[in-house]
Order: sequence, then structure tokens, then C-alpha cells
Amino acid sequence: MSTRALGKALVIAETLEGKLVPATLAAITAAAKVGPVTAFASGKDAAAAAEQLSKVAGVQQVLVASGAAVSSGLPEELAPVVKSVVETNGITHVFAATSAFSKNVIPRVAAKFDAMPICDITAVQGEDTFVRHAYAGNVVATVKSADAVKFATVRGTSFERAAATGGSAPIAAVAEGGAASGKSKWLEDLIAKSDKPDLATAATVVAGGRGLKSGENFKLLEALAAPLKAAVGATRAVVDAGYCPNDMQVGQTGKTIAPTLYIGAGISGAIQHIAGMKESKVIAVINTDADAPFFQVADYGLVGDLFEAVPALTKLVKG
Amino acid sequence: MSLMYRPTAAQQMKVVVGVKRVVDYSVKIRVKDNKVQTDNVKMSVNPFCEIALEEAVRLKEKKIATEVIAVTVGVKKADDVLRTAMALGCDKAIHIVVPDAEAATLEPLAVAKVLAKLHEELKPDLWILGKQAVDGDFGSTPQLLAGLIDAPQGTFASEIAVADGKVKVTREIDAGRQVVELNLPAVVAADLRLNQPRFPNLQSIMKARKKPVDTRPIDKLGVDTKPHLATVKVEEPAARKAGIKVKTVEELFDKLRNEAKVL
Repeated sequence: MSTRALGKALVIAETLEGKLVPATLAAITAAAKVGPVTAFASGKDAAAAAEQLSKVAGVQQVLVASGAAVSSGLPEELAPVVKSVVETNGITHVFAATSAFSKNVIPRVAAKFDAMPICDITAVQGEDTFVRHAYAGNVVATVKSADAVKFATVRGTSFERAAATGGSAPIAAVAEGGAASGKSKWLEDLIAKSDKPDLATAATVVAGGRGLKSGENFKLLEALAAPLKAAVGATRAVVDAGYCPNDMQVGQTGKTIAPTLYIGAGISGAIQHIAGMKESKVIAVINTDADAPFFQVADYGLVGDLFEAVPALTKLVKG
Repeated sequence: MSLMYRPTAAQQMKVVVGVKRVVDYSVKIRVKDNKVQTDNVKMSVNPFCEIALEEAVRLKEKKIATEVIAVTVGVKKADDVLRTAMALGCDKAIHIVVPDAEAATLEPLAVAKVLAKLHEELKPDLWILGKQAVDGDFGSTPQLLAGLIDAPQGTFASEIAVADGKVKVTREIDAGRQVVELNLPAVVAADLRLNQPRFPNLQSIMKARKKPVDTRPIDKLGVDTKPHLATVKVEEPAARKAGIKVKTVEELFDKLRNEAKVL
């Protein structure tokens, strides 16, 4: 590690239904490697997020933007507020857990600082050196940034989550600069309410691909997932075909997951899907095609018909 | 550097599409001697750029867009993506040529600056870019461009609807979808489900070969394109330990429960 003065990190926090997403805790761990951490909460759950952030071990300060303009997370409104926070607080590094939200905001703010954002980092090797993946995870690149203020999104599954208790950071409101610019308007969120485990953080994931043949057949995977308290994921192909909603997509251009156990049924194993789940601790694959590429990354491979194997496995799991 | 929005006269909408030439998504890329091996590999139009092109052409067919311009920032050979763009129906094509030696280190930020410069000249109502290039996987260029020109952005777009001088964008987000409405000019980043791109037919491809392309060297634009990131090292990811095949579901259950201890 360099002996230069420590940086000062800002972590843009994210919540889901009022609770801090676990990946934000991982981003805090990553950020702490470059210097003291200031957490930033915004949006309609800003106050709740701030309370939780102030208790996270390793957070020195919590800043909150709870005005109307930023309440829907519009990047056009959030970017100027983040810019002002960075400038006012001498921030040298801006981090956020990789997500649709952070991917929307981080590069826009980076542009205001003439900085090249480093996306989806999996390691921090110094205040200016980071590791990330390219070419659908087939290239691991270590890059050094020359930017005065550095911006990065952090892969939530690559860092330990900071402890949710033990911290006692002060909370302060930031200056928010008044009315919205009006360049964009939030109209609605179309979110399927679900009491099922979150795909991004579930310890077990059961995923299906084209071998399922229909959206109806995903019921087989749900039946297996339920006793396992698992989340259900999908390949791009079945989302495209309309079998599943987009929030279930795992892969290079969908979600990256790293559960303790991943069971894939009816998935051939395209590079792009594997890119999104190859850090899973244990991988089990069920496919009728013995030559399916997916078997190459499987710890346990069963050549068989999922329409028999999955119900049979479900029965064994239920005891 | 924001432009005052000038009301688009009825039926006068200009759309610019960013298109990138990339290593084909089906290529298994290798790394050797600290270098990504891209010599002689199959190159293609980035899949998300194909979707962006298709959406622009559909806007033209619906008579919402009156002019569609395709732009690429890349090596000399990248002009094939512009030939494809014109075969699909783009009216004009601009090729910002990058010397081969510089191309490997050309960053999304630099590309965004080039596009921002073109924005001043072309003054389009709408930019449509692919959300992510499948080589670098940064997924940042549309947002960087939007930030530089201070235009609203509609990322992960799975549906767009232009009406009354605005564009309504349905975005795919982690928990589902979101709908936003953006003033023009705006930047849209095309996601997978925005549309299914068509294939250009042979006749259009032949005709496109003869169309002129506005070719300009990158160093004549007056834009700072030097990289901000230095690559210290590139390598292939660590391989997973080889697994085993099991013969029955019972065996799979046993291994997962008693050997891996994950069930």
C-alpha cells in the first residue's frame, strides 16, 4: 500500500423496501481500503437508510439528501447533489455497489469530474489500483487510475459486508440546491411484490433456461426453491422469450450472483450466463445434453431430464 | 455545455446512433503474455448497438424520426459497422477514425467526449446507444455522454415512446421496471428487450457499399482522448477445480448434503 495521505471515500448507499441492501455494506468495506468512509443516503428512504448507515462499522459520517428532487433517484437531480458533496467534503473516491441504480448515477457524476468510472471492481489494491473483469468475465484486468477523484461501482459479492452494528456516525443533511431541473420526470415503478428471497443475495439459487420449455414449467423450480429458501434465477434466453420477468436474469448483462449453492436446470451454459454466476461456491448442473458447456464449470453434473430430476430432488430435500 | 432545447418542428426529429465494432460475443477470448488476444478474431457489431440501430430505424419507419445518423469511433476497419447501419436504413454515417495503436486504450470517457463534440455540431433530438459493449463491459458511455452534455438519460431501455417533444422510457431496474419521461434532447441506452433487430438484406448491403461515409481523424476534433486508466495487468480468471458427474438424483442429493454440505 502507498504511504501517501489516505483518500476520503464516499459511498452512495442503496435501499430496498427501506432496508440497506447488503451490497452497500460490501461497498463500504471496499471504500474503507482507501480511507475514511462517508456514507450518502438519498431517495424516499433516505432517513431510514441514514439511521442504518450510522450504525455500520467503519462509517465515519453520514450525509443525507432527502429533498423532493432526489426522492425518485433521478440521476439528473442526484448528480449535481453528489458533485456538491464531493467538492464540499474533499472526497477523493466515490463508490457504490454495482446495481441498475449505481450504474445510472456513477458515470453521470464521473463525467462532471472528467473521470473515467471503473465499473464493477472485484478488488482494491491501493488508492489508485483496482481489479475488474471484461469480455464477459474472461479477462481480469488490473487498472491504475490517474483521476483526481475516482469513481467505481463495487461488485457486492466480492467484498465482505461491513458489520451492521458497532458504528456511531453523526448524520447531517446536505445542501440540495432547491427545485428539480425538470429535465426528467419519474412516472412509475413497476415492481412485482414478492416475499421470495432476493436473487442478488440468496444463499441458494435455482436457475432455469430454455430446457424448461415454458414459463409455466418454472413452477418446478419454485417447488424446489421453496424448501431451500432459495431464489429463482433465469437465463437471458427465457427472459427474452417471456417465460420470466427481467429481474430474474443472471449473466453478463443481467445480475452477477455468488450464492453458496447454485443449481442450474435446462441451461446449456453460454459464456454470458456463466459470467454472472461462476463465483458461486458450489455449482450443480442438470441437463440432458452430456456435452453442454455448463458441465465444464459444474462441481456436480447430472446428465438427465430435469422434468424427472427436479421433482425427485425436491422430494429428497423435503425429506 | 447544455444546449437550449429548441422546439422540434413537427416531423423534424434527428436521431444519432452510436455503433461499436467489437470482438464477436461468441469468441472465447484468451489472454497471453499480458495481452488480450484479439488478432484475427471474428469482429461484429456490438449486439446492443444493433438494438439501438433497429430502434432508430423503427422511429424513421413510424415517421417520428426524419433523419438517422450512425456514428462510430474506431479503427479504419470499423467502417463495416457503418455499412451495416446504412444497409439497415440510416441516412448518413460518420466515422471518427482512431489509429490502430490508440484503439486498444480508447476509453468510454474519450468516446463520450467525441460524441459530445458531435452533439454540438449535429444537434440531434435523441441519441440512442447500446447500454454496454461486450468487450469492455463498462456500460458507461451513454451516461457519460448525458453527463457531458447535461441531457436527461434513459438507461436500460426496454421500451421508448416519443411524443410531444419528450421521450417516455421504460427502464429495466433490479427490482422490475421503471418509467421516466425525458425532455429532448435525451440519451437513451438500449437494453436487450427493446426490440429484435432485423437482418439487412443483400440488396441493401450492396447499395450501402456505395454510399459516402463522412470520415474524420480523431485528432482533428480538438477533444482530449488520452486514457485515464493504465492497464497494469491482464490475465485469465482462475479456473475452477474440475467437478464430477453423478449418475442419479439420489447421488446428487447425497453429494450436495454430505460432501459439499450446502443442502
